Amino acid sequence: MGIVVKWRDGILVLIAILAVWQTINLVGGDNLMTSPLATAQHTIDMMGQARFWPHLRETITAYLVALAIAVLGGVGFGVLLGAHRLTGDVAEPIFVALYSIPKVTLYPVILLAFGLGIQAKIAFGALHGIIPIVIFSLNAVRQINRTWLRTARTLSLTPLQSVRHVIIPATVPEIFSGLRVGAALTLLGTMLGELFASQRGLGFPLMTAIDLHDVKTIMAIALLITLFSVAMNTVMLMLDRRLHARF
Amino acid sequence: MSTAGWIRLLVVALMVGGLEIACHLGALPATAIIAPSEMLRAMIDALTSGDVATDIRLTFTAVAIAASLAIAGGFVLGFLIHLSPRLRAALDPLLAAYYAIPHVAFYPLLIVVFGLGIGPLIVLATAFGIVAMIIATLTGLDRVPRVLMRTARAHRLSPLQEMGLVRLPAAMPHLLSGVKLALSYAFIGVIAGEFILSTAGVGHAIAYAYDNFDNRRMYGLIVFVIGFMVVVNTLVLLWERRLAQRRGAR
Repeated sequence: MGIVVKWRDGILVLIAILAVWQTINLVGGDNLMTSPLATAQHTIDMMGQARFWPHLRETITAYLVALAIAVLGGVGFGVLLGAHRLTGDVAEPIFVALYSIPKVTLYPVILLAFGLGIQAKIAFGALHGIIPIVIFSLNAVRQINRTWLRTARTLSLTPLQSVRHVIIPATVPEIFSGLRVGAALTLLGTMLGELFASQRGLGFPLMTAIDLHDVKTIMAIALLITLFSVAMNTVMLMLDRRLHARF
Repeated sequence: MSTAGWIRLLVVALMVGGLEIACHLGALPATAIIAPSEMLRAMIDALTSGDVATDIRLTFTAVAIAASLAIAGGFVLGFLIHLSPRLRAALDPLLAAYYAIPHVAFYPLLIVVFGLGIGPLIVLATAFGIVAMIIATLTGLDRVPRVLMRTARAHRLSPLQEMGLVRLPAAMPHLLSGVKLALSYAFIGVIAGEFILSTAGVGHAIAYAYDNFDNRRMYGLIVFVIGFMVVVNTLVLLWERRLAQRRGAR
């Protein structure tokens, strides 16, 4: 019952968005926004073109590598910093401050350090993603109930056992919430990098389309990116809720 | 200040000092990074020379308009959505997925629709900030303690009085954190848009300096933008802390 209601709401929202989109197209014409159907058609056409694939591959590669760095580095740093109370107290506000600064201004610095190419995009994506993951992991470890750790010691669990039965169940849901935020921000960082001074990747046809006033391509790429990010977020949100319910 | 606070200050000072020394010793290439003291001097030069004044004014105008739209619009929308649980349940998946979408991907479309100028920047920044305010308004209105609402009913307050005297003051901490988020998102949105493609503004000035290999000016402006944001965040944090203390004391 609950699932049926949830799906129905999602579908209603989708229909509403499509209706608004179609209306804008009817009022403003194809120069403003192409219709949902035409956009979907063009997206499929574009996917069929050989010259489109290197761009898509570049973006996906950059995103996945950046995500891997952000996840491994973020969880590693977060857990290490959170394990020691004073270290966590020192580090947390620094990361919160880093989280709220407009990192987009730092992109030229990244470009100077890594050069024009995929490394700069990876570094920028990872920079965006790693900070929330560190913050969430750090807090997850810091906020483990002390009583549980004491219980583990009372039951004389080996370190490995206490990691397996106490620490992981206590921290994983919170860390996963951080991964969800981090994954979204990594994509934002990678896209920002692609839009500014790039020769390859989805950002490049997006920027060239502005000069050509090619609304169709812009809409198609934006649609592709939106679908990807929404799908990823939905899956992660579902896992997130299950983890929080289970542990 | 607490022990952790002093250590934090020391850590940051060591990092900045280390960078300063590394730059002076030539351990880092001067084409990639300049010493922090030089960045500060470059910032002061850029600000006093007056040629970025127009850019700064433009950026702040766009941020002010976008933030006001996001805050006012987000509050009104959040309030309306809160009135209808049915609508809220329908919008929930949208609100949950909203910040997963990289908004900058829509900036090219906005440029095509609104033309190059302040228009697409304001739309991008408003769209970026408004949902944070909607979510904050919803949470704030949700978390009003039941006992306060019952007290309001016991005193037979009219809906309007209940709103002004009980509900809004009780939701204020959440509304303020929404304002804070909307403001910083608006700022990030405008800077990001200017940075990617625009003809003026601080973000554009940074990109322009980068394109012209003018590292000194570029770092000066970056330090200005980040420093400004850090100062604003710190002030809001201090204000929030004072507000929380007053609530706790009452």
